[in-house]
Amino acid sequence: MCTKGIHVVFFVSSCFRGPVMIMEPLLTKYVREPNCFTLDFYLKHEGYEGLKKALALTPDQVVEMVKASGLRGRGGAGFPTGMKWQFVDKRSPNPRYIACNADESEPGTFKDHLLMERNPHLLIEGCAIACHAIGARVAYVYIRGEFFHVQRVLERAIDEAYRAGFLGRNVFGSGFDCDVYIHRGAGAYEAGEETALLESLEGKRAQPRNKPPFPAVIGLYNCPTAVNNVETLANVPLILRNGAEWFAALGPEKNGGPKLFCISGHVKRPGVYEASMTMTLRELIEGCAGGVREGRTLKAVIPGGSSVPMLMPDQLDAQASFDGVQKAGSLLGSAGLIVLDDTACMVWLAENLLHFYRHESCGKCTPCREGTDWLHKILRRIERGEGHMRDLDLLSSISGSIGGKTLCAFGDAAITPVLTTLKHFRHEYEAHIREGRCTLPASWRARHAAGAR
Amino acid sequence: MSFHPKMAYDASFHKSGRTLTEAGEPFAYTPENTARFESIVVRYPADRRRSAVLPALYLVQYQQGHVTANAMRYVADLLGITAADVEDVVSYYTMFHTKPVGTFVINVCRTLPCALNGAERVTEEICGKLGIKPGETDPSGTFTVVEVECLGACDRAPVVMVNDAWHECLSPEDASKLLDDLRARGEAALSGCHHVVESRRL
Ligand SMILES: Cc1cc2nc3c(=O)[nH]c(=O)nc-3n(C[C@H](O)[C@H](O)[C@H](O)COP(=O)(O)O)c2cc1C
Ligand code: SF4
Ligand code: FES
Repeated sequence: MCTKGIHVVFFVSSCFRGPVMIMEPLLTKYVREPNCFTLDFYLKHEGYEGLKKALALTPDQVVEMVKASGLRGRGGAGFPTGMKWQFVDKRSPNPRYIACNADESEPGTFKDHLLMERNPHLLIEGCAIACHAIGARVAYVYIRGEFFHVQRVLERAIDEAYRAGFLGRNVFGSGFDCDVYIHRGAGAYEAGEETALLESLEGKRAQPRNKPPFPAVIGLYNCPTAVNNVETLANVPLILRNGAEWFAALGPEKNGGPKLFCISGHVKRPGVYEASMTMTLRELIEGCAGGVREGRTLKAVIPGGSSVPMLMPDQLDAQASFDGVQKAGSLLGSAGLIVLDDTACMVWLAENLLHFYRHESCGKCTPCREGTDWLHKILRRIERGEGHMRDLDLLSSISGSIGGKTLCAFGDAAITPVLTTLKHFRHEYEAHIREGRCTLPASWRARHAAGAR
Repeated sequence: MSFHPKMAYDASFHKSGRTLTEAGEPFAYTPENTARFESIVVRYPADRRRSAVLPALYLVQYQQGHVTANAMRYVADLLGITAADVEDVVSYYTMFHTKPVGTFVINVCRTLPCALNGAERVTEEICGKLGIKPGETDPSGTFTVVEVECLGACDRAPVVMVNDAWHECLSPEDASKLLDDLRARGEAALSGCHHVVESRRL
């Protein structure tokens, strides 16, 4: 039966070329231990020490510490977490909230899944520290509906934490009250967008709000709210336990701390890898994930979940940090590396991803709602071999009518697969149109509906 | 004018044929579900009961398999909102069914990383075996097959979710066997698959 595709978490010490920073995993160190998700296990490994230290500090001191650590949001945008907390309106008479973004639906991303399933107390501790830092009493964990098995692990962990007094009234006798509640989503990619998440928490459709005002000023129930990704919050206890300088030194400048990389697609060992952001993309793909399968060559890599531009094999020596990948012409996003070998047809790929975006568009603004449907229809036509050369200009033109003209970043994300494949692989589109079919060998297309039977 | 000069103004994709009028028994929670609902709704501020609409709808769906118009009205009354508000939510989120579905809803992930690893052949195998197309329920009412977008476990592609249980690294042969198992043993065939995959490596 299957031997591939299991979460293999490597101790990234093997260097592929040249010396790389050797780092012990911090977030995922114990994920392969049988009882790693229990409170007992967690308490034996510095569990809730960070919260204890945080409660001995003032909220402002905690925020300063997180700022100094260089922690940047792991949900996609890479915004400094300490700054986000600082922006939370402290003068507002309303209560404040933490909303933990556990909606993880970006194709190619599965790190929060692993963290919550195998190390749930780390997230709970992070939520409690974040509540202390911004002066909130309640944190809602918005988990995607499909992660029901993960939710059960998390629920059990929360019960344990309440019973042990790490949540609830008067935590550690400090007078700090904190509740963590799970809110289950119901299948909507767009619920991952921070303001759409808040709408969904309020019991409405997951459709984004106009920004500004940002959630830090007017968020959940019109109260100041900080929306943070699971991995972001999971890093916070580490900062409190070991100090901001220690955390900052784990990665390159302004990219502090450990990072989880999700590697999927055409690699020998897909999985979640924890590494410092001083690594290069090539080291991750070839060193950690084993590179592409025997006899195949690397064609392209999507480095940050399906929404970011592709990188070609000669661009992979870029540092796998937020700034490094941006310098190379793409974005680190959610650090979901989708690796493609030479069997991948780029027209098919764009069609597949636009099916996703067409399906997940929330429908609030016209360019995205109608445009993604259009793009998908045209791509499907080309993929079927019924395209015309003029369709290629139409694709760019429609993309131009979406990009920068939508309410949320989804619009820009949706056109990226089209523009990036057109930019690097225009010849594949042209060949499809000229020949009226895919020009890759038929045996490579075994995954295609037509080729399988 | 539409947003693009070459675009005809038709939005057929977004039309819905459902109405909120329905004959038949009014819906009500079982006492257990009422208790569950009461324990959930207190997590939100007292003047924000609407926040509990998703959990309330999940309880409906677990109780009767799908969400009927009568149930939407019941939930609306519970939360103090209009039935239209509830329908707005139900029609948006993909995990709520508004029509009866099979005992087992087989959700096959079709997004890129899974597709690169042969998800389409898994769908074909399942659909071929049941003689239906994605989105349909087999004549015995046991299985409904749905193609879904990324489930968030792409390293274990292809991923299939049956009701709430996950089956990962599922080859077409495994999928075929899973159908047989589900027919023979019912829900027992679902247990622990997720962890089985992991323990093979642990
Ligand atoms: C269309 C869209 C989908 C998103 N999906 C997610 C998601 O699934 N998970 C997530 O953590 N952030 C997601 N984000 C990013 C969030 O909007 C937000 O930036 C993030 O939760 C902030 O947390 P961070 O500062 O900890 O990264 C998404 C953004 C957009 C525009
Ligand atoms: S860009 Fe798309 S997903 Fe974002 S608000 Fe507009 S329609 Fe919704
Ligand atoms: S693509 Fe199938 S789980 Fe992500």
